[in-house]
Amino acid sequence: MKQMPEFKIAEQPYQSRLLIGTAGYPNFHVMTQAIAASGAEIATVSMRRVKFTETSGENVFALLRELGIKILPNTAGCFTAKDAILTAHLAREALETTLIKLEVIGDEQTQFPDVAQLLTAAETLVKDGFTVLPYCNDDPITCKKLADIGCAAVMPLGAPIGSGMGIRNPYNIQIIRELVQVPLIVDAGVGTASDAAIAMELGCDGVLLNTAVAKAHRPVLMAEAMKKAVEAGRAAFLAGRIPRKLYATASSPQVGMIA
Amino acid sequence: MEKRNVIIIGGGVIGLGIGWQLAKAGASVTIYERDKAGRAASWAAAGMLAPLAEAHSEEPELLKLGCQSLARYPQWVRELEADAQMPIGYRVEGTLIVGLEADDTDQLRHLYTAQQHLGLDVNWLTGRDARDIEPALSPRVTAAIHCARDHQVDNRLMVNALQRAYQACGGVLHENSIVERIAIKNGVATGVQTEGGFHKADVVVLAAGCWAAEIEGLPDAIRPPVRPVKGQMLALQMETGIAIKTVIRTIRARYPMSVYLVPRSDGRLIVGATSEEMGFDTRLTAGGVFELLRGAWEAVPGVYELPILETWAGLRPGSRDNAPILGKVPKLTSFARAAPCPRPSVENLILATGHYRNGILLTPITAYEIAKLILTGELSEAIAPFQLDRFFVGGVLQRNSPKL
Repeated sequence: MKQMPEFKIAEQPYQSRLLIGTAGYPNFHVMTQAIAASGAEIATVSMRRVKFTETSGENVFALLRELGIKILPNTAGCFTAKDAILTAHLAREALETTLIKLEVIGDEQTQFPDVAQLLTAAETLVKDGFTVLPYCNDDPITCKKLADIGCAAVMPLGAPIGSGMGIRNPYNIQIIRELVQVPLIVDAGVGTASDAAIAMELGCDGVLLNTAVAKAHRPVLMAEAMKKAVEAGRAAFLAGRIPRKLYATASSPQVGMIA
Repeated sequence: MEKRNVIIIGGGVIGLGIGWQLAKAGASVTIYERDKAGRAASWAAAGMLAPLAEAHSEEPELLKLGCQSLARYPQWVRELEADAQMPIGYRVEGTLIVGLEADDTDQLRHLYTAQQHLGLDVNWLTGRDARDIEPALSPRVTAAIHCARDHQVDNRLMVNALQRAYQACGGVLHENSIVERIAIKNGVATGVQTEGGFHKADVVVLAAGCWAAEIEGLPDAIRPPVRPVKGQMLALQMETGIAIKTVIRTIRARYPMSVYLVPRSDGRLIVGATSEEMGFDTRLTAGGVFELLRGAWEAVPGVYELPILETWAGLRPGSRDNAPILGKVPKLTSFARAAPCPRPSVENLILATGHYRNGILLTPITAYEIAKLILTGELSEAIAPFQLDRFFVGGVLQRNSPKL
């Protein structure tokens, strides 16, 4: 059986391996309830889509702080390294955190990352002292490069953002797991609880999701399901699954039985 | 009965509606409006009366309130049009929610499932069925949900009518008159302070929309959790050939934003709206207007030729659960936000704010029921679930927890 290493990002340990997004919920009340039900300790907020206001009063930052949730600002909506770097700096100044979920989007329709721009932005932000968590393709070489640059984690997509298509290339995720030592978090693609469990069974350190919870008919219930799925998937990974084989083996032995 | 002296903070549809009903019943009513009456969210709105199209599984109480308010619209329209001697453009053509490609159809189906679980009277249509109802729709429309029971009203006409009816019934309106502070003495609201001085009241109604939490004098613990939610919109001029009759809403899987198109009897076609957490910012942006035009054009290609009449951005008074905050500030001994101090209760203060996307829809029920509460002290069953204390009973996170 494998060891039970702690889940840490940049030396900071976390109990929950589920990271959650804050967009697209029916309302703030459901959002806070869903986040609480998910058990997540980190929630990501788009700095381009939410104006940073004072952390008192009625805004997403104040509500997350009220819940005791760590805010992970992200650069969603940035299409160039320059925009992403600027957004990261603004986020650090406003929120007094070096954490940044780095997204550099290459195309509106697919929301796939622009790898060249992403690598450039990651390099700069690591140099500038950020704890960089890049949203990237499920490409092992890109992930390896991002880890080598000094990113605190790599966050390959399971499928396009918001698609709910699950883990489309589990073999790549497995290879990435072999190649990188930093935390591996599947970011995007999870559609339902089993998708999150599959990611964890593949050996990922965590899962980041948003739409699957926010757009469910009952987000709070789905958040709870995701919490359980991530825990179940992690436990299954640690326990070690049996090999697949074509033919049956009776689970109760039949030799040596008295006729 | 003695004549009650009521001050209302905020001259939007909510403040005017309550004021009209109170003045009509013989109360002495004064409204203080920070700008010009009805020129904020009430003016910016699209006037959709669409509890079915807006329904969400996690907001069943809001759905119920919306349906109740919609049911009172015919009576409201008759009464208001009679008192104001002008029409308010109430129309009953219904709403079509449309998708334009296969992924949209799946999203529509997801919504339709939720609507059916809620027991709503809506119909699933093919693209062709939808175009039979609304021929201006794009040939690309793949499927639609028809919410025939959703209606619309011309909110700007309603603002004008409410102001006329309110003043005709003897209500006093002070425009450009900012309330600086609500005076509270020994737990009793006694009046308001404006630049012009102190004004005494038997009852103070806080109907200040997204500014409701900004007014001084309220103890922090009972500041209603209301924030501005920006919406960018525009109006096109319909021409012969593009005479849309139905309210059209899109569901697009490919874009982050859906749009709606609301045809007015005067030929204006209202296109909205973004939904942005940008504080009190009301600037139009290239991206916002682009998304509106793209969304409208894809659903109704004919809009390409139409002149743009107007563009604007408004601030919706968003509450934490999207539902309005109505009624008194009830007494409670413990109060999660301000724990462990006992929460101050304020007598003679009535809240009517946080109507978010549904202000026009919820105006009748708010006006009728808040006026009744002030005049008779009776809190109706309809608005009882929407009191401020719902945010605080047992703490913010106790409501709606999933039952497994």
